[in-house]
Amino acid sequence: MQAGVITFPGSNCDRDVAVALAAAGAKVRRLWHAATELPKLDLIVLPGGFTYGDYLRCGAIAAHAPIMAEVTRRAAAGVPVLGICNGFQILTEAGLLPGAVLRNLGLKFICRSVPLSVGTGASVFTAGYAAGQSIELPVAHHDGCYVCAPDDLARLADEDRIAFRYLDNPNGSMAQIAGILGAGRNVLGMMPHPERAADPLTGGTDGRTMLCALVEALG
Amino acid sequence: MKARVHVRLKDGVLDPQGAAIGRALAQLGFEGVGTVRQGKLIELELDRPDRAAAEAEVRAMCEQLLANPVIETYSVAFET
Repeated sequence: MQAGVITFPGSNCDRDVAVALAAAGAKVRRLWHAATELPKLDLIVLPGGFTYGDYLRCGAIAAHAPIMAEVTRRAAAGVPVLGICNGFQILTEAGLLPGAVLRNLGLKFICRSVPLSVGTGASVFTAGYAAGQSIELPVAHHDGCYVCAPDDLARLADEDRIAFRYLDNPNGSMAQIAGILGAGRNVLGMMPHPERAADPLTGGTDGRTMLCALVEALG
Repeated sequence: MKARVHVRLKDGVLDPQGAAIGRALAQLGFEGVGTVRQGKLIELELDRPDRAAAEAEVRAMCEQLLANPVIETYSVAFET
């Protein structure tokens, strides 16, 4: 399985997710945001970080990076696209996922492991979990409060596209949403960091489950 | 000409920063301040002869980048 990890100016989890994916058995290609042509990829990852210093809105400027046109085309063609933290914000700003991610309700930067409930096992990302399973993943964000229009929220629930929910909702997200799937189920945006829970020495292995499931499913 | 773009959170979108500003004003002794909402002001210097074309262009800028229509509204004012 060949995964591409995009580095935007200000990405800072790009190396971590590349290392964690490689440890899970993936062949990893590092990609620069200015690229307009991409190699064959089985998975595209938009990593966490603070692209463009979070200027204007988190992810708003990176959403228009040259590479995003091809990411959008690949996503439409069914290639799995995973946006983590700032990557999730970029996917909403790019219109690949509904809604928006706003400043945490309590205004504080939250950096700790949080308990989550898996909303659905029915995706290439979450197939390693059972719906309703409790897991723990680290979050590290100032802007993680997910909001969307009522009809979008109804669709997310009706179509079983809420991938993860917070058990303690640290940032005030609507419906305790920590991660959502796109309509095609091949785009996942999530605030928690699976790559930071990929080794028992540093933060547990609940995130490794996702990365291993991806490697297994995508060959 | 100069364009001033005001970007505001839509009604109903929570604004915890505005609420914190409101609490700070109360702490300073300013009484009777109702809801506080925080927005953005973006000023653009434009070299355009035609006001109507500039207006259409700034609206396109708002739709594509300056505002996020999911959570924000915007208004544009011109100064020559």
